[in-house]
Amino acid sequence: MKQFIGFLRKEFLHIFRDPRTMMIIFLLPIVQLLLFGKVINTDIQNSRIAILDQSHDNTTREITSKLVSSGYFVLGEELMPGDDVEDVFRKGKVKMVVTFGPEFEKSLERDGKAEVQLLADASDPNTARILTNYASGIINDYVKKEKLQNLQLPNQINTEVRMLYNEGLKSVYMFVPGLMAMILMLISAMMTSISISKEKELGTMEVLLASPLKPIQIVLGKVTPYLLLSFINALTIILIGVFLFGVPIKGSFVFLMAESFLFIMMALSLGILISTIAPNQMVAMFISLLALMLPTVLLSGFMFPIENMPLPLRILSHAMPPRWFIVIIKNIMLKGTGILFVWKETLILMFMTFVFIALSIKNFKIRLE
Amino acid sequence: MNTLKLINNPLQPGSESPLLRRGLGEAFISIQHISKSYGDVQAISDISLEVQKGELFGLIGPDGAGKTTLMRILMTLLIQDKGSATMNGFDVIKDYKKIRNMVGYMPGRFSLYQDLTVEENLNFFATVFKTTVAENYELIRDIYVQIEPFKNRLAGKLSGGMKQKLALSCALIHKPEILILDEPTTGVDAVSRKEFWEMLKNLQQKGITILVSTPYMDEATLCNRVALMQKGKVLDIDTPAKLVENYTRKLYAIRSNDMHRLIMDLRLYEKTDSAYAFGQYLHVTGKDDEVEATEFENFLMKKDHENLEVFDIQPTIEDVFMNMMNE
Repeated sequence: MKQFIGFLRKEFLHIFRDPRTMMIIFLLPIVQLLLFGKVINTDIQNSRIAILDQSHDNTTREITSKLVSSGYFVLGEELMPGDDVEDVFRKGKVKMVVTFGPEFEKSLERDGKAEVQLLADASDPNTARILTNYASGIINDYVKKEKLQNLQLPNQINTEVRMLYNEGLKSVYMFVPGLMAMILMLISAMMTSISISKEKELGTMEVLLASPLKPIQIVLGKVTPYLLLSFINALTIILIGVFLFGVPIKGSFVFLMAESFLFIMMALSLGILISTIAPNQMVAMFISLLALMLPTVLLSGFMFPIENMPLPLRILSHAMPPRWFIVIIKNIMLKGTGILFVWKETLILMFMTFVFIALSIKNFKIRLE
Repeated sequence: MNTLKLINNPLQPGSESPLLRRGLGEAFISIQHISKSYGDVQAISDISLEVQKGELFGLIGPDGAGKTTLMRILMTLLIQDKGSATMNGFDVIKDYKKIRNMVGYMPGRFSLYQDLTVEENLNFFATVFKTTVAENYELIRDIYVQIEPFKNRLAGKLSGGMKQKLALSCALIHKPEILILDEPTTGVDAVSRKEFWEMLKNLQQKGITILVSTPYMDEATLCNRVALMQKGKVLDIDTPAKLVENYTRKLYAIRSNDMHRLIMDLRLYEKTDSAYAFGQYLHVTGKDDEVEATEFENFLMKKDHENLEVFDIQPTIEDVFMNMMNE
């Protein structure tokens, strides 16, 4: 035990004396979270639109003011009939042009029908889709409420849409779990693999191997500090998510932390496995970053929906631990579900941890070769 | 003064303790027919040697002689392809855990934590070996006092000599019975080297068996016995004095104003067997040892060498080794 504590002391000294490690552990999660939260925001806010109003009646003016006051749009430009709409897009100042047909109000009242055209800049397809959806929603809503109340329309079906678990369609709800998976993976897997392979590279592993230390002591000594630090990070991310971005935790906080703990364990054992293969820090970093981080980000469903991937990638995504972790935390945080609903994902993570540990033990060398 | 004493001290044949004499005493480290290759490269082939208890044994040879490989096999860090080795009766493969408890090891590369201080390194290795610095301070005191003023300095910021002293302290902290040191004096200044050997002598006095490797021939004379190694083979094993004694060839020291041209000329001379630089002189042997000093002199005079000196000298261990390498 004394041996182990001595080893831990040494590990913490390594971590605290290396500014780069400290930055990765303590600064990176916060910076990434704030970056994703504030800068890389896929929510629509204050998008500039242009209005081409050929009627200039009460209804079109009211619709325009509804659009602008919704918070999603700001009026960038008012166009005149005959203005070149494409030119407006080419200048890149507006994302969408709303065109009201002539005699809008009149035809609406007379025929119960009027024409409005939404032209969106689809060079960014996601944004274009969201903008047009929002705009048509606002317009329909207005027309229904204000104009059609008195009219009797035959056989009308009203669809009512509600976005459950994320009513505001906020992207924070998506990236807080995703980022948590990514950061825990980065710190746990990469940092442990680097720290073990560093000993190999600098030759200190030779002395450790020639000492009475058991392999399990070396591995646990390496892993424990990162377990603690990763856990602190998981807490930080959740706290920032909750208090800064308003992500709810509908389920049990303790259960959430327990699942995070499991995920960290999985990532750490993966880190050890990498270090048993990598002969030096460069290789360890390369494997961690390229072979783990990229698929984690791309294939875990964090950035791109798994359902839309081609079949081979969809199959591959099953092997991505974060995929399961993201499902678990989303369930706990957003839906408030317990173990009954995520036992399958939890078991998968446990199984992965077990496999990585077994492989690491098999690969761990008690000698130099 | 100390250093002088040291160099004169070793082991004239008569000064061996009875324990060290061959056949007496028990082989503390025993290496039997060990071979090891890395892929196609034969690192060591069929090496056998025995080190007696309390002996200071040197593995002498240039880079690539297989010294490190042999030491790593003894340290249980590599597994030999053939042969067997025991340390204090423990097999290096079967009983590797016992050996790791019992032996102090200093690898060729500086292998301490550069981002830990001197004191932290020492404390770390003490706990790893389940002991404390205080418990075995007696053993390392002479060495550690020299670096103690810098105990709060990071190990990476120490000079080469001090690093070696720290590494030795760390290797000794668990009071090992055997000390294995892989080129401890490589890259260390001359003064520190002498100090280091003095420390080894002191440790030997305390009953520790020491196996040390070095590429420096002059250090061979500081060992009780040495094994001369080259290309994975042992050329000879004996006391340094005996090795020199057994050298029967005629050896000349030659110098002139233009040493570079001198060595080129001599190597082209058909009666020269070997010529190599040795300090300020060339050490030269003639074919079949039948060449007289005057013959070399005449030959070199014809080549217009100025300030020519040619005279007989007594061989050193390096001459012995150079001779063996050429055979």
